[in-house]
Amino acid sequence: MNLTLHIWRQKNRHAEGRFVTYEARGISPDMSFLEMLDVVNEGLILKGEEPIAFDHDCREGICGQCGVVVNGSPHGPRPATTTCQLHMRSFKDGDVLTLEPWRANAFPVIKDLIVDRGAFDRIIATGGFITAPTGNAPDGNAILVPKPAADRSMDAAACIGCGACVAACPNGSAMLFVAAKIAHLGYLPQGQPERDRRALAMVARMDEEGFGACTNHGECEAACPKEIPIEFIARMNRDYLKAALFSPAERSGPSDGA
Amino acid sequence: MVGNLTVFKGAVAINAYGAALRKFPAVLWGVRFGLLLSVGLHIWAYLALSVKSWSARPKGYRVTSYKEASLASRTMRWTGPILAAFIIFHLLHLTTGTVHPDFKEGDVYHNLVAGLSVMPVAVFYLVAMACLALHVFHGIWSLFQSLGFSQPRFDSFARRLATLFTIIVVGGFVLIPLAVLAGILKLQ
Repeated sequence: MNLTLHIWRQKNRHAEGRFVTYEARGISPDMSFLEMLDVVNEGLILKGEEPIAFDHDCREGICGQCGVVVNGSPHGPRPATTTCQLHMRSFKDGDVLTLEPWRANAFPVIKDLIVDRGAFDRIIATGGFITAPTGNAPDGNAILVPKPAADRSMDAAACIGCGACVAACPNGSAMLFVAAKIAHLGYLPQGQPERDRRALAMVARMDEEGFGACTNHGECEAACPKEIPIEFIARMNRDYLKAALFSPAERSGPSDGA
Repeated sequence: MVGNLTVFKGAVAINAYGAALRKFPAVLWGVRFGLLLSVGLHIWAYLALSVKSWSARPKGYRVTSYKEASLASRTMRWTGPILAAFIIFHLLHLTTGTVHPDFKEGDVYHNLVAGLSVMPVAVFYLVAMACLALHVFHGIWSLFQSLGFSQPRFDSFARRLATLFTIIVVGGFVLIPLAVLAGILKLQ
């Protein structure tokens, strides 16, 4: 198949970017989207041009590193699929695709399609942990976890931190990511001691990083490659509200961990 | 809305309802002040939220595609200001009578029917009610989400409540200009 690609090219953080048009020729429908970009890049290298920079690592859909906005959809048109697991058979011969990086104030473009998602790491650092005693490994069933809680926690833990929720949100909000991280620990008994502090600190950090606010569009859950539902956002709001009302002392030092 | 619907019981009923509202000026102004405060806070929240969203994405996408965002959620930013304009017009129209062609103080029935007999005005009322339907539907659903009552995205209690509330309230409001246009409510 042959495709026309309009790709965002930007030399570095400070440079002005622009769209450049490339032709992708002789693409197999069985290639992944990133393999298609590899083919385009090999052509560019042979011509002595700068290859298109895009983020990727495992190419198995589990690391959260890749991510390109394809025709306005983060990770492309297929639901519950990362860019690396998106295959060219999802497109038609002759398609015209516009490839853009995640657009958010908190995710500055480093180069071409690569953005700096350090804001997510800093949010995790403020509350994405539990306090556990060191020493011997505890007995297997010393802490009982109800099955529904374990299931919900695992649903939230499926978040790979790719940032597609921020990219998809019309407001550039990171609420789905933060909500997933808070729910992941908040459903488990091990996550209870820091539950209030975690909600306050992570939400405060999220705001400091310059993400937008949720207006309940639901675009994030539609774009999420791991199908994290927005019920977790409601749960985060509940946790936050409860903590702000009943444990205001926990509010101190929201950005200590970063 | 229920008070407004007394118009269908005739001029005497709605004029009595109008008079009852004004019976205790202290209560009336108390309620008015409360509403004004709410509108002020609502607009402040709207501005704060908009500024936050815009600064969160200073550079937008060339291509956008929506998957789940509804017409209601995407038009909140526009239905809001339209409703604000409508509320001001509505007050000038039927409360103060400033923009009313033939305003008679205290004769609610006459003012209402005469006012809504003007075609462009009736159309504006209907458009505003369509905006209200979208705004209220997304607003009520959002309320549950923002205050932390988790529920599945679709087919949830909050969504059903939002739909029901919107149909009842907006449906009730819409009946009045429609009835005037259809000639069911006539000048006596």
